[in-house]
Amino acid sequence: MAWVEVHYNYLLVIILLMTGLWAMIGKNNLIKKCIGMCIFQNAIIMFYISMGAKKGATIPILKHVPGAHGHGPESYISDPTIYANPLTQILMLTAIVVGVATLGMALTLVQKIYREYGTCEEDEILNCMSEEQDHELPLQDELKA
Amino acid sequence: MKALSLLLALFVGFLLIGVLDDLPAWGDAKSPANSYVSAYYLKNSMEQTHVPNVVTAVLADYRGFDTMFETGVVFVAVIGIMAILRRDPKEEDSETGDRPPHAPPEGFILGVATRFIVPFMQMFALYVIAHGHHSPGGGFQGGVILGASLILMAMTGELESALDRMREKWFIVLVAGGFLLYAGVGLGCMFFGGNFLDYSALAPLLGGDPKAAAIMARYHGMLWVEIGVAFTVMSSMFAIFAYLSSDGRMDRGL
Repeated sequence: MAWVEVHYNYLLVIILLMTGLWAMIGKNNLIKKCIGMCIFQNAIIMFYISMGAKKGATIPILKHVPGAHGHGPESYISDPTIYANPLTQILMLTAIVVGVATLGMALTLVQKIYREYGTCEEDEILNCMSEEQDHELPLQDELKA
Repeated sequence: MKALSLLLALFVGFLLIGVLDDLPAWGDAKSPANSYVSAYYLKNSMEQTHVPNVVTAVLADYRGFDTMFETGVVFVAVIGIMAILRRDPKEEDSETGDRPPHAPPEGFILGVATRFIVPFMQMFALYVIAHGHHSPGGGFQGGVILGASLILMAMTGELESALDRMREKWFIVLVAGGFLLYAGVGLGCMFFGGNFLDYSALAPLLGGDPKAAAIMARYHGMLWVEIGVAFTVMSSMFAIFAYLSSDGRMDRGL
């Protein structure tokens, strides 16, 4: 089981991914689907962040050379091996905020659906929609006649 | 249906576990993701931008386009939420009858604690925005803290009391204004003869030694961009909360 020791971060991500995917497909309630989307999103964020981690590295904010007080490039250590990968952090930084915005959009749509149908359960909404169609069809026939 | 979806999720999970061995090890400093472009950023960002926080340097300068359109995504999301949920408060419909009677949240300690916390939160948020070049922080983080302070006000008191501080008509002004500030800095660079979002073109504004000014212009350009992002993020967070919690009525919230 040596691979578990070097890959356990991915294992956690995969468990979260499965949870989110299952919630998005299997759950009947639209709010729960949104929660599943959120879990999925966070799994991706964790995946990226763990990809950018380096053993023994610190946060990607340049450290001062010991004893230096200036603000020029020469008084900072810019050795890439002692800092974590900044790129994955930037990608996820923006992804988190955009994730909040898209989650807000999703919840907005759910709220609109609730306003229309009075429920967030998927099967009940489908029932309502098919009933509406049944009501509308005779009307259209009448109009044609 | 539920069993089928569980099966599908498990199938995807096993598929992913199957390729686990091909992924780089946890904390591997020599993995492809850690080797090429990120090493370049870490090596050169100080010389090219004078910003010790590499995250800010890459976010606002090297990947300025990306960040600008991420801000654009937030802007579009807020417009969409407004378009879908917003109701005209004047034409109050018959649905009002179904709503539970208005019960303002009570709690002396809650109110006083909020009144103490909010100014410090906002002060800290401004620090996070302004000091994002040297310490963890930046426009997104500071903007979220500012938005959270408004949401805290709305949650502990009433939505209206928070809306007194942040009017609904300001939502769109600030969301669009932040995005425009970002794009405006980019256009300003073009005005001075550089490329879009090439902040070093703003050097003539700073004066002094042109070579040093070109680098410092990057530093200051980033600050303005971060301020724009903070405006957009702050008002979008609060707008999303306000519309969702009041079902588009903007009267009393949860």
